[in-house]
Amino acid sequence: MQYLFSVVNDSADLATADEMAAIDAFNDRLQAEGHWVFAGGLGGPDSATVVDNRGTDALVTDGPFVETKEFVVGFWIVEAADLDVALALAADGSRACNRKVEVRPFR
Amino acid sequence: MTGDDVRAAIIRAHREQWARVVAALARRFGDLDVAEEAAAEAFATAVERWPADGVPPNPGGWLTTTATRRAIDRLRRESRRDDKHREARLVYDDDPPVAPGVIDDERLRLIFTCCHPALAPEARVALTLRMVGGLTVPEIARAFLVQEAAMGRRITRAKSKIRTAGIPYRVPSAADLPARVSGVLAVLFLVFNEGYLATGPGADPVRHDLTAEAIRLTRLVRALLPDDGEVAGLLALMLLTEARRAARVSASGELVTLDQQDRGAWDAALIAEGHRLVRERLATGVPPGRYQILAAINAVHTSARDVRDTDWSQIVALYDQLVRVDRSPVVALNRAVAVAELDGPEVALAAVDRLAGALSGYHAFHATRADLLRRLGRSDLSRAAYDRAVELAGNAAEIAHLTRRRDQLG
Repeated sequence: MQYLFSVVNDSADLATADEMAAIDAFNDRLQAEGHWVFAGGLGGPDSATVVDNRGTDALVTDGPFVETKEFVVGFWIVEAADLDVALALAADGSRACNRKVEVRPFR
Repeated sequence: MTGDDVRAAIIRAHREQWARVVAALARRFGDLDVAEEAAAEAFATAVERWPADGVPPNPGGWLTTTATRRAIDRLRRESRRDDKHREARLVYDDDPPVAPGVIDDERLRLIFTCCHPALAPEARVALTLRMVGGLTVPEIARAFLVQEAAMGRRITRAKSKIRTAGIPYRVPSAADLPARVSGVLAVLFLVFNEGYLATGPGADPVRHDLTAEAIRLTRLVRALLPDDGEVAGLLALMLLTEARRAARVSASGELVTLDQQDRGAWDAALIAEGHRLVRERLATGVPPGRYQILAAINAVHTSARDVRDTDWSQIVALYDQLVRVDRSPVVALNRAVAVAELDGPEVALAAVDRLAGALSGYHAFHATRADLLRRLGRSDLSRAAYDRAVELAGNAAEIAHLTRRRDQLG
């Protein structure tokens, strides 16, 4: 199964050098063990733009679709046999980046 | 065989075989929903057929075979209708468990899946009672004073999360086992406590159905994990608590505290079994966990034929040990109750007052303070503390007890 690990934080501050080194080591491990699919860091909510083209014209609005105290600042997509494997990886990922991680399965 | 005999056989089969049938089918078909429904249908078929055909020589085998046929019928119907359904299957592996002493029983997989930490605590309780305990949804809803439809949704949501999030159907690895066993025990303890201190205005003060079910499930877990000290500890704790059930609520429905109970009304067989378990754990020399220490405290209480014979210094020593493994303020509160017997209410009150910040919303904190203040002759403060305790208490028998104590203040 594939899982999305959303990295959740209350600030869009970049990872510190120590955090970055730990994230690199974690990423290397994901690749070596065959869990790696994709990962990335995101700009903060103030860099977000919402596009809604359900009507006749595409509506472009500044800002995130919803203002929240905490938001997604990055993500991993991993391949894991089941939720226990995914949760163990997420625990290590959360430790590495020093932020909370939400785990959700892809359908 | 009379109708009564057949009924008794069906009830016994339900008690002994339900979890086995559900677990076997969950394993074979990879779907808890299919397993649960087919098991329920098999038991319904038994109710129809056994009175006429007689009880089969191997009821468990008969039920599993019947349930398997029902499951195959259902899956055939559904595969014609919806191929996608077959894609969502429980994740399970065939590796035997690596932990020594772990029996690869299908029921153990079922228990660990139902008590998975990724499920909401109330969903774990409901799912365990349904899948492992065999209680019906209306029974579980009644037990927790929740609307039947809401309880049904809670169970359906939990089953759906198990499928979609990929919660595995297996015994956890050796590294994860202690944490996961403690999760299972927390669920069983929650069921027991809800039975023991039932909340809600309409609820009976003690829900024997829930305490009995919790004990039955803990016995099952103990049979599956016989070497786990905390499983034995929790079972002993439940037995020693359950043993005092008859003495715990008066004829007028009021809680009777430990010091006032008629010890002759305690269940000697349950106490003997609980004491045996505690002695067995002591003999291993393995440092005890939380449940084993709580069981030992209850063993000291139930060893005293008269409350005046209680070995309070032993109880305080056990609480000191408990504080080291469980730093919760509730443990500190209970320790203070024992300290009052050993060093007097003045010392205990000072210890209790230090917990005010953490426990000001907890009825037992105010009830303990009220009792200590009463013993110190400080009636006004005691009355105010009883008022607060009554306000916060949820159990009808406890409210009756606290109210009487307050009204007896001079």
